[in-house]
Amino acid sequence: MSDRSSHRTEPFVRTDMLPEQAPPAAQSGVIKWSRENLFSSTSNTILSVLSAIAIYYIVVSSAPWLLNGVWNADSIRQCREILDGRVGGCFAVLTERWNQLLFGFTYPDDQYWRPTLAFVLLLVAAAPVMFFKYLPSKMLYFTAIYPFVAYWLIWGGPILSPIFAFLGFVVGYLVWNQLVNRSFAAGFFGAIIAAFVTWAIGGMITSALGAGEPMLSAVPSRDMGGFMLNLILGTVCVSLSLPLGIALALGRQSGLPIIKWICVIFIEFVRGVPLITLLFVASVVLAYFFPPNATIDLILRVIIMITMFSSAYIAEVIRGALAALPRGQYEAADSLGLDYPQAMRLIILPQALKISIPGIVNVAVGLFKDTTLVSVISMFDLVGMIRGPILASTEWNGVYWELFLFAALLFFIVCYGISQYSQWLERELATDHR
Amino acid sequence: MTTLTDPPQGSFRLSMLLNDTRYRSYTFQFIALLALIASFAYLGSNLVENLRAAGLNISFEFLREPAGYDINQRLIEYNSQSSHWRAAMVGILNTLLVSFLACVTATILGVVAGVLRLSNNWLVRKLMSIYVEAFRNVPVLIWIIIIFTIMTAVLPAPRAFRGDDATASMLFDSVAFTSQGVFVPGLVFGTGGLVVVLTLLASIVGVFAYRKYRVKKLYDEGKVLPGWITWAILIVPTLVVFQGYALTAGNQENRFLVPTDLAAGATTLDAFGERLVADEQNVAYCSVNGSTASSVGKSMILGLPAVGLRNPDAVRMKSSYYATVDAAQPGLADGTCNMLVAPAAQAEQISAQSDGALSVLETNVKNGAPIALNLPYLANFRFTDGITVRGSLIALWFALAIYTGAFIAENVRAGIQAVSKGQTEAAASLGLRPGRIMNLVVLPQALRVIIPPLISQYLNITKNSSLAIAVGYMDITGTLGGITLNQTGRAIECVLLLMLFYLTISLSISAVMNLYNNAVKLKER
Repeated sequence: MSDRSSHRTEPFVRTDMLPEQAPPAAQSGVIKWSRENLFSSTSNTILSVLSAIAIYYIVVSSAPWLLNGVWNADSIRQCREILDGRVGGCFAVLTERWNQLLFGFTYPDDQYWRPTLAFVLLLVAAAPVMFFKYLPSKMLYFTAIYPFVAYWLIWGGPILSPIFAFLGFVVGYLVWNQLVNRSFAAGFFGAIIAAFVTWAIGGMITSALGAGEPMLSAVPSRDMGGFMLNLILGTVCVSLSLPLGIALALGRQSGLPIIKWICVIFIEFVRGVPLITLLFVASVVLAYFFPPNATIDLILRVIIMITMFSSAYIAEVIRGALAALPRGQYEAADSLGLDYPQAMRLIILPQALKISIPGIVNVAVGLFKDTTLVSVISMFDLVGMIRGPILASTEWNGVYWELFLFAALLFFIVCYGISQYSQWLERELATDHR
Repeated sequence: MTTLTDPPQGSFRLSMLLNDTRYRSYTFQFIALLALIASFAYLGSNLVENLRAAGLNISFEFLREPAGYDINQRLIEYNSQSSHWRAAMVGILNTLLVSFLACVTATILGVVAGVLRLSNNWLVRKLMSIYVEAFRNVPVLIWIIIIFTIMTAVLPAPRAFRGDDATASMLFDSVAFTSQGVFVPGLVFGTGGLVVVLTLLASIVGVFAYRKYRVKKLYDEGKVLPGWITWAILIVPTLVVFQGYALTAGNQENRFLVPTDLAAGATTLDAFGERLVADEQNVAYCSVNGSTASSVGKSMILGLPAVGLRNPDAVRMKSSYYATVDAAQPGLADGTCNMLVAPAAQAEQISAQSDGALSVLETNVKNGAPIALNLPYLANFRFTDGITVRGSLIALWFALAIYTGAFIAENVRAGIQAVSKGQTEAAASLGLRPGRIMNLVVLPQALRVIIPPLISQYLNITKNSSLAIAVGYMDITGTLGGITLNQTGRAIECVLLLMLFYLTISLSISAVMNLYNNAVKLKER
């Protein structure tokens, strides 16, 4: 029954497969890849060669500078002596002035552990928010007390003030929880009144006890500086402007004409002017609007203005998200008999905030970068420290590249990290079409 | 018979303000308005009280007072005696200048980088992502300062251009990169210069008209008109007019006048130059307006090989310009001018007027083009003539352009990717060539996505240009918000005007954007 016997007339039939052969050299491995990706056409080849030349020049010109770098010296002159005519960076400025770059030049050096600890705790506090799926939600309690802990760590002073500030929020929250089921407005205003009452009582108690020797010595705001200042401004302003931005966005979308127009004018005004002018307001104009005897320090005024600035941008991002939700969601919420606050809290905002994450992260990254602008109103943040005390000193006058590239690197790490996180979060939250 | 009843139309009760949704909104708005008025009243009373305590008032009178400071980079006439208002105007123009330059450059950079990020060349793709990520994630202020450092601390000082063993040299003998700024050639308009410019503008209009006609012809009759005519329309008329003026009106002779007592027997320009070098005398070079493109005479002197005036160590040169012959005459007589260029007729007038004491050596200067380049050259300690572009302007311009270019690249990439692949494939199956697929199918659809964010990037550039104050570029923030504010102490007024200016710009750009959006949005039923 074999084939061979029945088809004897055929001269030759191969019975077994030929062994597979390796693809031609030009169709496999590196050669195939580079032919497809680098040399697929004439113009591509030219581009590849040009890019290669560009990379070569960048590497050749920067490699000796990086590799010959001097890490131990007291001044730029000593750097030059050590280098002895060779090309090389003078990175000694970073090892000698790292404390000024990170903490500013007046923060007491024996207290550096405090902002450092606050920074580490910031990561701990942010973690349950950032990776909410993977970490126990109990950790959010720490997030809630973190702002007060951080304030106390960085600014120091009597421990009672942050404790009472925290208590005010706790009392407000409890009152809100009691009243919100009856009416949103009652809960909202009740919470505010309860919080203020607590703060007033706390203030009285604190002043009655008088100023003893505080556990952590108080550091005035004007001593904050360096990258620490950028981080403080960035985190405080973003976290404050988020609720404010949500409120503004809801106000702008609401059907109440007066509230709508207040929000529209605020948002468009703030978005229409550069941050620098708002910082000018903070440094030279805002003081005129406070009560005559009040002394509000510069850092607080700057926080107020930057928060206003970023809340307007966040409001626009959230407004976009609100507008992107299908009308059916609003109508469904209404048909369930939910009132406005309930519909917003339970139906609309959870969806709107989810789709506005990339936009909010963009604003946050932009804002963090913009905190360098405070150096223009003579605050000594990272850029201000470099341009001011360090480059003006006789030891390090002329060490531009090392310092500015270090600053650029610090910002790059933070901003790139945040934007990578936001992309990860977007994938994580994508509940549609997998 | 219906069981449905309307809600009772009963009389209005006060509790309805809180409980009835029809009235509740009025309550809330009233409360909001009240709160707003109260907070404004509070802030206003604080302001009044603080101002009274400080002995100040709100007044814009200071704008009329002389500013008393100099601005080195300016587009309009300004000196330290001009008013603060004028200084603000200079600032506004500087803001618009740097914003415009940065917008154009950022668009070019962004489009190129955005398209290259989608290239199928792996190396280019990676390079462009590095560019985008590196610049998006670092504050623009740091980039501005880094480029400013290159412009001021790394580029050679003008003295490096001096002497035989100069360590630096000018690019094409016309552009000098120095630590005091970049010196580039300016344009000098001679006879007919305006006509040449108008011709060029008319040609550009003609090119657009021709292209429109070409498309119409193609669609109506199926005829393809040649494309090279576009170039012909663009170049030929301008070239003809330019040459026409250069050979006729522009070629009229100008006289090079040198007082003979200075020339001391020299009968040619070369001989006179040699005398100047030998005596180590400065050249005071003047020209009468309207006659010679001032650069023609100047480049003559600079170009005299025998004299060696190119070596600026030998002779220092100083140039000045006179509006009329009458103004030039005394200058020539009292020696503030020892070389003067005037048109032939006027030169004769000077020769005729000069009495015996001032006999004049005349040499013909070849004058030509209706538009000539005014090249910069190294005078005593710095470069003069041409156009000075300060390091601060360049730093701001390029930093803003490169920084914003990274954002625009992302917008462009997103826009191109937003056009579905089916569109490209459908166009290809119609038989369109790749270039036409891009131009006729992909780009028109991508632009709809790209342009709105692009315009908001332009807005960002304009607002970020206020960072000029960090590098001392005198834009509106540097003048009105910087020196004027510090000198007069009128913080509220200055900041108010500053905000008003930026607000006007922003709102007008958004208005344009809305118009555009309405024009290109998909027409849906």
